[in-house]
Amino acid sequence: MKILVAVKRVVDYNVKVRVKSDNSGVDIANVKMSMNPFDEIAVEEAVRLKEAGIATEVVAVSAGPSQCQETLRTALAIGADRAILVESNAELQPLAVAKILKSLVDKEQAQIMILGKQAIDDDSNQTGQMLAALLDIPQATFASKLVVADGKASVTREVDGGLETIAISIPAVITTDLRLNEPRYVTLPNIMKAKKKTLEIIKPEDLGIDIAPRLKTIKVEEPPKRSAGVMVADVAALVEKLKNEAKVI
Amino acid sequence: MAALVIAEHDNLSLKAATLNAVAAALQCSSEVDILVCGHNTDVVAQAASQIAGARKVLQVEAPSLADQLAEPLAAQILSLASQYTHILAPATANGKNVLPRVAAKLDVAQLSDVTKVISPDTFERPIYAGNAIATVQSGDSLKVITVRTTGFDPVLATGGTAVIEKLAADVVASNSSSSSFVGRELTKSDRPELTAAKIIVSGGRGLGSGDKYQELIVPLADTLGAALGASRAAVDAGYVSNDYQVGQTGKIVAPQLYVAVGISGAIQHLAGMKDSKVIVAINKDPEAPIFSVADYGLVADLFAAVPELTKALA
Repeated sequence: MKILVAVKRVVDYNVKVRVKSDNSGVDIANVKMSMNPFDEIAVEEAVRLKEAGIATEVVAVSAGPSQCQETLRTALAIGADRAILVESNAELQPLAVAKILKSLVDKEQAQIMILGKQAIDDDSNQTGQMLAALLDIPQATFASKLVVADGKASVTREVDGGLETIAISIPAVITTDLRLNEPRYVTLPNIMKAKKKTLEIIKPEDLGIDIAPRLKTIKVEEPPKRSAGVMVADVAALVEKLKNEAKVI
Repeated sequence: MAALVIAEHDNLSLKAATLNAVAAALQCSSEVDILVCGHNTDVVAQAASQIAGARKVLQVEAPSLADQLAEPLAAQILSLASQYTHILAPATANGKNVLPRVAAKLDVAQLSDVTKVISPDTFERPIYAGNAIATVQSGDSLKVITVRTTGFDPVLATGGTAVIEKLAADVVASNSSSSSFVGRELTKSDRPELTAAKIIVSGGRGLGSGDKYQELIVPLADTLGAALGASRAAVDAGYVSNDYQVGQTGKIVAPQLYVAVGISGAIQHLAGMKDSKVIVAINKDPEAPIFSVADYGLVADLFAAVPELTKALA
């Protein structure tokens, strides 16, 4: 069984982004970039399925500029077998990425697709669900546990009131939540090994897909600033403020 | 043309998040219908028909719709989509799960976590964990939107006079067998729901253990009649279950009063609570980032300060 895992290159989660002065977007020049944390969990899960003998091959894919090769090398160092970059400098929105991934799934005949539940840059939380729709196969989003057996996947999902478990037939799309696993540290020997693995680069035009953005960003602004309040000396002062100044209790 | 709101419910009751989504829908169109898909949902449909501003309630009943699985639910929504210019759902776990599936089938973009309607085709939404606000315009003829509930004041739950129209379930939808529901482990609680609570008490890594969470945070919440929350660090460390998590990838809340205990204030956590009206932070580290958003900060040992606070408020 072949697994396709999608990874996105995003601004590192520790970086506090700044809005550009012309309000055209956020400034990502010279900012540390990393693999989207949820995607790292996706790669780890795929590699574990291979180590457990359930998957035969793990193919990592990404869409974006040439630098996404670094992100794919990280996926290869975690343990993916080979990688495909759909290289494009255009703005790729979730629907476009889902279309790119669909054509790769068709080409690779992958059975399980694992994606992060959301990217921490645009916070869309869409691509996995869209991919499942385009492939017309079941989806299990926000997974915190995945068991694959007998052509089915049993997935425990993080939902508003707690957890729920569903069973879905394979092929299927799974999106990862934080507690699915803890990704391993990438070791130097594995980074060296990853350099020798195959990384194929193709263009969206080769796949014959329309990737034009559907949403136009008119402006990007700083959120309204919350001004820091006051420090209180002790619990008594805090209670007094809450009762008489803020009047919330 | 009209807007369709997907009701958030569990077959037993209509969830308050629906009211915020209706508020957003009314800013997109004056004609707002509410879709109730489920099984044995008469009570829910009745409640939906009372919502102020709703035109009609569409009720679709089928056993396959009982668990809000994405595949049959999306098929049902799609069968109605051509009659609407906007399809909205609250940005709950269900809404986030099903609507992108609908959007992709319609070959349109989705607008996630919308916080403001500027015009029927232009919206504001937070990006980068709320550190930037994007104004985006959709060029698609049909807009598929998830609504961040804290961005919209709810419409009134009563006073409406919408008619309930029962529709037959889409056949393909009810025959879908590729996905099935196995079970649910929901946290049982008499407390207010986290996303609808007026007061929230949240605990973080500073508590050191799940026992301390129970010993310190729970009594304070009891005293205040508050809902319980937690930081990602506390959930990851196993102090409490995932549904307590407040933050970028957890629940987004905006109560009247948010009390953060032993929470340092990582960007991801602030993203989930910084729209609260009044924020109180109790932390022993005076440099903790949580103090930069707190209205009232108390630098103290939480193991002494929290019981003292609980006692003072009792």
